[in-house]
Amino acid sequence: MNITVKFFASLREQTGKSDASISYAEPISVLDAWKQASGMQSMPENTLCAINMEYVNHSTLLSDGDEVAFFPPVTGG
Amino acid sequence: MIELRTTEFDPLDELAIYQKRLAAGKYGACCNFIGSMRDFNEGDEVSKMTLEHYPGMTEKFLQTICDEANEKWPLLDCLIIHRTGDINPNDSIVLTAAWSAHRDASFAACRYLIEELKHRAPFWKKENTGQGERWVSENTKAED
Repeated sequence: MNITVKFFASLREQTGKSDASISYAEPISVLDAWKQASGMQSMPENTLCAINMEYVNHSTLLSDGDEVAFFPPVTGG
Repeated sequence: MIELRTTEFDPLDELAIYQKRLAAGKYGACCNFIGSMRDFNEGDEVSKMTLEHYPGMTEKFLQTICDEANEKWPLLDCLIIHRTGDINPNDSIVLTAAWSAHRDASFAACRYLIEELKHRAPFWKKENTGQGERWVSENTKAED
């Protein structure tokens, strides 16, 4: 199964990448996806996560074809 | 309606233009919020800013916030315009507006639009100061 990973803002700079693709055999969580896509970097405590553009928590499980995104607290407006 | 803009916009012109599209005689109140870029933040001068967003999710959340406001209050319409990309001091960053028959709904919905946007819509500001670039870590609370 394959998922797409996206990093935004400071997390893109921290990981050095904006996109990544990862493959796995067993169901994995959002946190597992971070570890695999970031090269086992530590995740900042206030990191927000989304699957297919909906907010989720770090323990949510991913499905084949999902897009998971990691970003810092939002600062628009 | 929600819209992202990559270039400078005049929020008062936008309000006037949009309001002409609404049914004349049906609305009795329009409240709006305009957020502009300051040339200072946290004690430093800010010469420029870049606003990053998550294409797709940002638009989705702005529309969700409008839909929620429409469910909570009897509105005739909502408008959100938000800048992305490179921004200069004094540029307008965001416009939120809500039209209703009476003022209570308009006031409350306009406040809801900007507060929810600031807490949920995926935008990130990066400031350019005399000391270099830095990400804005979090938005100020409403009471600040």
